[in-house]
Order: sequence, then C-alpha cells, then structure tokens
Amino acid sequence: MSDDIRAQVARQFIESIPHARALGMSFVEIGQGVAELSMPYDSRLIGDPATGVVHGGAISTLMDTCSGAAVMAHPANPRSTATLDLRIDYMRAATPGQALVARAECYHVTRTVAFVRAVAMDDDRDNPVAAATGAFTIEPARTGA
Amino acid sequence: MRKRPEPMQVVKERRDSALAALVAGVPYIQFLNITFDRRGDELTSVLNFDEQIIGNPMLPAIHGGVTAAFLETTAIIQLGWQELWQEIEGGDATVPDSLPRLPKTIDFTVDYLRSGLPRDAYARARVNRSGRRYASVHVEAWQDNRSRLFAQATGHFLMPSDAELTE
Repeated sequence: MSDDIRAQVARQFIESIPHARALGMSFVEIGQGVAELSMPYDSRLIGDPATGVVHGGAISTLMDTCSGAAVMAHPANPRSTATLDLRIDYMRAATPGQALVARAECYHVTRTVAFVRAVAMDDDRDNPVAAATGAFTIEPARTGA
Repeated sequence: MRKRPEPMQVVKERRDSALAALVAGVPYIQFLNITFDRRGDELTSVLNFDEQIIGNPMLPAIHGGVTAAFLETTAIIQLGWQELWQEIEGGDATVPDSLPRLPKTIDFTVDYLRSGLPRDAYARARVNRSGRRYASVHVEAWQDNRSRLFAQATGHFLMPSDAELTE
C-alpha cells in the first residue's frame, strides 16, 4: 500500500467516526505510524465553569482518536484497531479559547498489539497539556482467502 | 431526648438539589448526557446512549475516549459528592452557599475489557484513598450485567483545597 493510500484510509477511518465529527476533529498530518489531529475550542467541552478550561475527558478523546489514527497509518496495515489500555497524564490546564492539537506516534507493533505515545498541546507547543501511552489491538489485514 | 428525624421529603430534596447543583455546572457532562442516580449517598452514573458517542461505526461501538471521559467524570463527581455530603449532612444539615470546587485529574488509566455496545452504560466509583491533597479512585463501568465490566479505570486526583494553591 502506498503512503498516499494509507494516509487516505486513515483519514477516512477518522472521518467516519461520529464522535470525532461531534468534536470537530480534523487532520493536521498523517504519515507512517504518526498522526496529528486538531480539535477547536468549544464551550460545550468545558469541565471547569469557573475558568472555562476544557474537560480532561475531551482531551482523552482527542488523544485516543489520534493514537488510533497513528496505528491505522502504520506500515503494518491493520484492518482495524481498538484501545486495550490508555494512560493519560494531565500536566496542566489547557488555555481557554485555544484549539488543542494531539500528536501520536505508533512506536512499536507486534502481530497483535500496537504501542503508542501521544501528547496534547495548545498554542504553547513546548509545554504540553497532557501525555498518553496506550496499547491498541491490531486486526490483521485481510490477505485474500 | 432524641431529636425527631426530619421529614423524608426534606432530606430527599436537600440531597437531590445538592447533587443537581454539583452536576449542572459542568457543560461537558451535559454534552455527553451523563446523569446520576442516587440511593442514599451511593451514586451510579449513566451514560445515556446517543449516536454521536459512537467511535466505531462498523461494530458499532462507543468511542474509547467517551468511555474514558465517562469514567473520569464518574470519579470526579464521586469525590465532589463525598465532600458535599459531609457539608449537607454533617451537623446543621444546610445546603452551603457555594459548591465545593471539583478535584483535578493528575493521571487516569483506562482498561478496556470489551467494546461498549450501542446502549446506555453505567458506572460506579470507589474512593480507595482520600487524603488532604491526593485521592486515588477506582471506577467500574458495565452495560447489561453488573459483573461483566466493559471498562475499568484508576486515577489520581488533586483535591481542590490544594489545587488552588498550585494555580
């Protein structure tokens, strides 16, 4: 599979997800085992009404989706993937009003499992809002038969 | 002489309005349409199913991120509710003027056991340790059978009194 087709498949994979659409996610970049997704600031996602800070759950969702996209974009060509486990560290509150960008890297795959690292950032790129590590299933590509 | 117990409706009304106030302030809880059932001090959170929480349209299954958010919300509200319960039920039984600030998540680890089916999900949180600064909470989520979990999670939280000091 060429890189272009793989990127297109990964893009379709994300765009077909109703909840990714509900959060307004869009691709910034997709490559071999790497994905970058952006999510606009939205008052519906506020977790702390006193400050307007986005709820951690929305950030988890962005990083989970981005991690899944990185797995789908891996040269191993998985047919599908699902999260086995995900750990999120919240380092600081996201700045209200700013879009969030997640960047995920699928750094190792076996026949059955993909290992992923991700970070979430606002405009201050050098100072991440959250980090995640996860294990994802790999549904093998259909090889005819 | 022992004080007469309060009328049931007075007790119920105080507890339900305190819980409603705690939850109503958070837009994201409304966005995901998470509601809370209360029996005494025990809370069960309900993730009311909607097509927009789907993460895999082929199966279909609930988005793993929504599951994580549901579990995290359950943990946070449980911690906030425990603080609030002390205030409204300890001593003079009055609803305080201001709600307690909710704790902040330090880290959260979700264990996905099976895919979330396209129907309502339920969760309960157990506070394993709640100190002055940190709390450790375990959450379990299920759909059809209470004993067949579809996800569980453990998280650490910074309690609000200390969270304010770090701001």
